[in-house]
Amino acid sequence: MTGEGWWWRAAARVGGAVAVLVTVATLAFVALQFIPGDPAEAALGGPGSQASAAALEAARAEFGLDRPILTQYFDFMWRLLRGDLGVSYAQRIPVSEVLGNAIGPTLLLTFTALLLAWALALVSVVIASGHSRRARSVASALDLTAAAMPNFWLASLLVLLFASVLGWFPPVSTGGFSGIVLPALALAIPTAGFLAQVCRAGVDAARTAPFIESARARGETELGIRVRHVMRHGLVPGLNLTAWALGSLLGGAAVIEVIFARPGLGRTLVTGVLGRDVPVVLGVVLFSACAYVVVALVTDLVISRVDPRTESRLAQAVPRA
Amino acid sequence: MPRHDRLPQRNGFSAGEWIALAALGVLVACALAPALLAPVPPLAVNPAEAFTPPSLTHPFGTDDSGRDVLSRVIFGARDSLVIGAVATLLGLAAGIALGALAGGSRGRLLAPVRFIADRVIEALFAFPGLLLALLLITVWGPGTASIVVAVAISTAPGYARMVRGGVRQALGSGPVEAARLQGDRAARVWATLVLPEAMRPVLVLATLGVGHAVVLAAALGFLGLGSPPPAPEWGAMLNSGRPYLTKAWWITFFPGAMILAVGIATTVIGRALERERRFA
Repeated sequence: MTGEGWWWRAAARVGGAVAVLVTVATLAFVALQFIPGDPAEAALGGPGSQASAAALEAARAEFGLDRPILTQYFDFMWRLLRGDLGVSYAQRIPVSEVLGNAIGPTLLLTFTALLLAWALALVSVVIASGHSRRARSVASALDLTAAAMPNFWLASLLVLLFASVLGWFPPVSTGGFSGIVLPALALAIPTAGFLAQVCRAGVDAARTAPFIESARARGETELGIRVRHVMRHGLVPGLNLTAWALGSLLGGAAVIEVIFARPGLGRTLVTGVLGRDVPVVLGVVLFSACAYVVVALVTDLVISRVDPRTESRLAQAVPRA
Repeated sequence: MPRHDRLPQRNGFSAGEWIALAALGVLVACALAPALLAPVPPLAVNPAEAFTPPSLTHPFGTDDSGRDVLSRVIFGARDSLVIGAVATLLGLAAGIALGALAGGSRGRLLAPVRFIADRVIEALFAFPGLLLALLLITVWGPGTASIVVAVAISTAPGYARMVRGGVRQALGSGPVEAARLQGDRAARVWATLVLPEAMRPVLVLATLGVGHAVVLAAALGFLGLGSPPPAPEWGAMLNSGRPYLTKAWWITFFPGAMILAVGIATTVIGRALERERRFA
């Protein structure tokens, strides 16, 4: 059923994603209104800056803070649309530039971690999809532990074991391959636990689905059924989580980059939070939310092609008259 | 060879689930009465005994100021569990309100309400949990209260989504239809039928949510955004133990193990409750 109807529904889904992005930006604007103290003073370096009344007045005019709130809102949205995220209070350079410098290392780290997480999750699911009950219970206990593991603690343990005791990898992330192994592992292991749990539930559901019986009745081999039908459908719930996983990896990167002293969005964010550099924090958070929305949109569209049964779910996204 | 031996069965709690419940019980006891269980006060400094490895007198060792890590971990249960529980309650309340608004606004008149509530839920969901919390803390400044509210708001959209689905389902169900035809007032239908039906799965999920909230709060504490240093909060303890990782692993290890224990225990219990609910 991937005909013309699919395109319409996909277009509606894209429209929905745009609406979500607009709301994300609006919520960010609302959050900004709750900053205690004078935003003009914050822009001039915080309460310690002893800014003169004239300087405050100038800053207010410069940032448009003296204009009505709705004007400020539309101005805010218009500047976002043009990619203008304001100027970092601390670094005095445009936030887009700050982000541009930090994005590369973080994307490398998150995608490495995402691939690693999927690899680990697949191994666990494949082992557990066998017939040995012991293997299943061991695998599910491991998934449970992995999923509950705080990544910052895991990072410390990995550093202790692989950097301090064994000396295989550096404790601080230098450039190059060996520096990314431990941070990527610390991010990937908890995510892998989640993915494996969800996929296992999907595999178990697919195992007893009617289409398995009919495949068996057609005379397909058990191995063929396991690979072509059970795994394929079992993985859909996991794929559905890709956007969520990426989001949680980006969030995790904040902590992990601090621990391993890696440059990146996460460390930029934490420095921003500690220094209350609002434009920088807002920039990183908005970037992550956009990344989430875009990835969620793409995975949804891809999955609706892979698994025809999700058609009805996609259809629900269309607003009904 | 299809195996159906793993079909879910309702047969009460398994041994593992009882262990999880017992572990959580011990942690809650620590949170309620730390002074009774901890061998020494959590802030008692003893420089002569700094960096003592785990032994009989100090089962979890001592930290850089000679404070007993076991006592600090026990006192930390209070901060961490209270933050987790209060944040979950607040998040639940916000999630239920938002979900009921999105799921229950029907008809042409309320379409804008539904549209806005739906978009707010999806937009909040788009912020990765920890990042939303960090944004809110930047706005409000660090501290325990900020952490609680930030964690609550980051967990609310997940609950809201479930309530929204539950409300929509309940509104179309037979009993609600029957009550309407009987002429029951809308408020009564909502209070007796719709909300209880929609909230039941979410309340079970909240058990898991407490564990999640504890981890999230610990991450913020770890970044130094919670209670100031000497306070025994698990995340902050992990952070302060980090410089001495190779010299004294126990300062970092035990608080983290506690966070892990809370996470595992709440997941196991939450799943068991969910299974029992489905068969109830």
